[in-house]
Amino acid sequence: MTTIDTATEAIAVPPGLLRRIIRQRQAKIGLVLTGIVVLVAVVGPLLLPWLTGYTSTEFAGRPFQPDGVFGTDNLGRDILSRFLGGGLTLLVFAALATALGMVLGTAAGMLAAYQGGALDGIIMRGNDVLLALPQLVFALLAITVLGPQGWVVVLVIGITHAPRIARVTRSAASAVITEDFIRASEMYAVPRWKILLKDVLPNITGPLMVELGLRMTYSIAAIASLSFLGLGMQPPTADWGLMINENRIALTVQPWGVILPVLAIAILTVGSNLITDAVARASATVEENK
Amino acid sequence: MRTLIEQQTEVALQATDLRVATALGKEILHGVSFTLQRGRMLALVGESGSGKTTAGLACLGYFRTGLKHVGGTVELSDGTDLLALTDAGRRGLRGGSISYVPQDPALSLNPAMRIGTQIMEVLRVHGYGASEQARRNRLAEVLTDVGLPNDAAYQRRWPHELSGGQQQRVGIAMAFAFRPEVMVMDEPTTGLDVTTQALVLQTIHQLVTTHAVAGLYITHDLAVVSEVADEVAVMLAGRIVEQGRSDQVLHDPQHAYTRKLLNAVPDLAGRHHIGEVEAVTGAMPIVSRERAASARVATPVVAEPTSLLSVADLRLSYGTNAVLNGIDFELGRGESLMLLGESGSGKTTAARCIAGLNDTYTGSVSLAGTTLQPGTRQRSAEERHRIQYVFQSPMSSLNPRRTIGESVEVPLHMSGTFSRKERRALVLEALDQVQLAASFIDRRPGQLSGGERQRAAIARALVNAPSVLVCDEVTSALDVSVQASIIDLLRTLQVETGMAMVFVTHNIALARHLSQRLAVLHAGRIVDIGPTDDVLENPQHSYTRELLTHVPTL
Repeated sequence: MTTIDTATEAIAVPPGLLRRIIRQRQAKIGLVLTGIVVLVAVVGPLLLPWLTGYTSTEFAGRPFQPDGVFGTDNLGRDILSRFLGGGLTLLVFAALATALGMVLGTAAGMLAAYQGGALDGIIMRGNDVLLALPQLVFALLAITVLGPQGWVVVLVIGITHAPRIARVTRSAASAVITEDFIRASEMYAVPRWKILLKDVLPNITGPLMVELGLRMTYSIAAIASLSFLGLGMQPPTADWGLMINENRIALTVQPWGVILPVLAIAILTVGSNLITDAVARASATVEENK
Repeated sequence: MRTLIEQQTEVALQATDLRVATALGKEILHGVSFTLQRGRMLALVGESGSGKTTAGLACLGYFRTGLKHVGGTVELSDGTDLLALTDAGRRGLRGGSISYVPQDPALSLNPAMRIGTQIMEVLRVHGYGASEQARRNRLAEVLTDVGLPNDAAYQRRWPHELSGGQQQRVGIAMAFAFRPEVMVMDEPTTGLDVTTQALVLQTIHQLVTTHAVAGLYITHDLAVVSEVADEVAVMLAGRIVEQGRSDQVLHDPQHAYTRKLLNAVPDLAGRHHIGEVEAVTGAMPIVSRERAASARVATPVVAEPTSLLSVADLRLSYGTNAVLNGIDFELGRGESLMLLGESGSGKTTAARCIAGLNDTYTGSVSLAGTTLQPGTRQRSAEERHRIQYVFQSPMSSLNPRRTIGESVEVPLHMSGTFSRKERRALVLEALDQVQLAASFIDRRPGQLSGGERQRAAIARALVNAPSVLVCDEVTSALDVSVQASIIDLLRTLQVETGMAMVFVTHNIALARHLSQRLAVLHAGRIVDIGPTDDVLENPQHSYTRELLTHVPTL
């Protein structure tokens, strides 16, 4: 086999996706920013009464007074306590909604791309109908009907994400489905769900990761907006979106009640967007190397 | 004519000590020098990764993204160094005095622009002639030069209304429109059928000689070189290892690599063995001419009368477009049949019908007497095991996210009777059969070369010990030396396992190296079928005869 030995050049293995992401400066900044906010949201509730002396719903004094580190809110609760306690639900709900959207969207998109024909038409036209409704309007409608519970928020945001994710998945998957290794799996009569799971899905993780980051950002914004509108978290729960609404009337007197949650949401959104962009760039280089 | 050219011979482009490196500093062209002369064609020959395209594009002052010029000059006839010019200066020359014909005409023509307009664009950009009328005249002239009709109706056609050969001629016309001094052609006939290829090569040769253009022809196909080039430069790993007149290099190669390359080229006559093993299958030796001659007298043509696979009246159409118009053939045990045809002849479709990948056909495919269901999912596991299919492109047939071991064991998984340990043992055995080391089992396709991937794909087909192996153009995406080793491997496997093989290809030169019987497919019909030697020496159908006359030979 002398012919092969000389013809074979050592093919450099490209560094893994994760390493290519982290190598970028934007990704590092994004990770730090997101990390800070996530840390505050996760660790905050655990440290609560010990760090500030109050729980997030306890009354600390008179409303809108500069008592404590950041003063009190509209009902006289300690703003720092509310801030530390109010991020976790937002993050958890956003993550759940995104996960739901990803699962629904990816499944629908892959199925549409793989099966084609009538099923493709039905799924994608159904998608178009959902896309025609603005996300927040759809959410408002559902919450008005079903009541402002946590699961409704997660369900609604998740379902409204799904069509967009399905579109991306479908286009990424239809490129993979023309490859011969899919034909090969079909030839060996591999069950269709297994083809989707083992042959198609691992080859579209790049665009899906980008979509994941993007939808996470949108989920955070959407859930915070719903809370602000009074349709997400209900008082007296501490929640960043709710805090902005409750305290905006005293913006000139006691701005911290608005500034802290706004800052946190902004940092989180910017951070996760930076990571998403880095993932997009990193997975694009994979395509080039292929 | 000859004397005229020799008088005219002058240097049009001189590349000296060209060095190109990647952005990271790894040099990939290590000081390449060559001279292009008017009216003569230099062929730059090499396998993929040898740097031949990089060297060719450097003549246009162009470097692909990630590559940079680190040394050497490209001097034009007036003494200017192309590589010392600014980008704008280089752009002024491209398409004007130096032009380029890309590999794939279908990709390089703008599908939303009529072909006349596309050629006119070149003339307008470079300001050909004094008036629009002069340009129009040139357009008509250049279309005639490349052997296309030049009437207004033809000029108004869209690229998709032309055949591949015509598209490539339009590409050549664009390159030739401004009367360039130098034409760089990057494998312009690779995607074309032999008949079309012969015509395009003739056109190129005519243009170069009659219009005193200096040609650089980049290719991996040595047989084409002998048809078209006056001089040859053989490249290996970024260096020119041998350079000289083409008859000299091709018939009396000095460098070991050139000899190896030439030995790997399959020839229609089957004079030499490509690869290493001299395989004998059934009662009839393949390859060896002398042995074949004696065997042909002594033994009946078909090795065994019992037919294993039989295809009867296979028909398939997409809408109103009939792809297969009734194909019949029989394949005996341990026999190898070549299904030869040009693109669009339906050869791949036929192969896929046999393997059950196309389930919309009518007619029948039967294996050892039992008629098979059309689709693989309707066939029984046993039937699926017995017919295996190897895909054309090893780049596409293995899942890049799975290890070789995982891909190869898929067929075993589906039969469901083996334990994890048994599967691994069988996979290792199959890898051993295709001469891949056991360490390949945990590698991914991205870490393998094209030839190694194709071996892995063959291993996947072998793991269930099939009785019929259908190979669809398995070597067409590979370099010639890798092709030789794969052909060699298939021959060896056939001897070892005694399986029957259907080898689908467009490369008639492989016939004697591989097959005992040859079937020639044309427009969805088998026009010629019989023992390989009989068909090649005494073709019955006019199409086969035409095909044979156009095969480029060394």
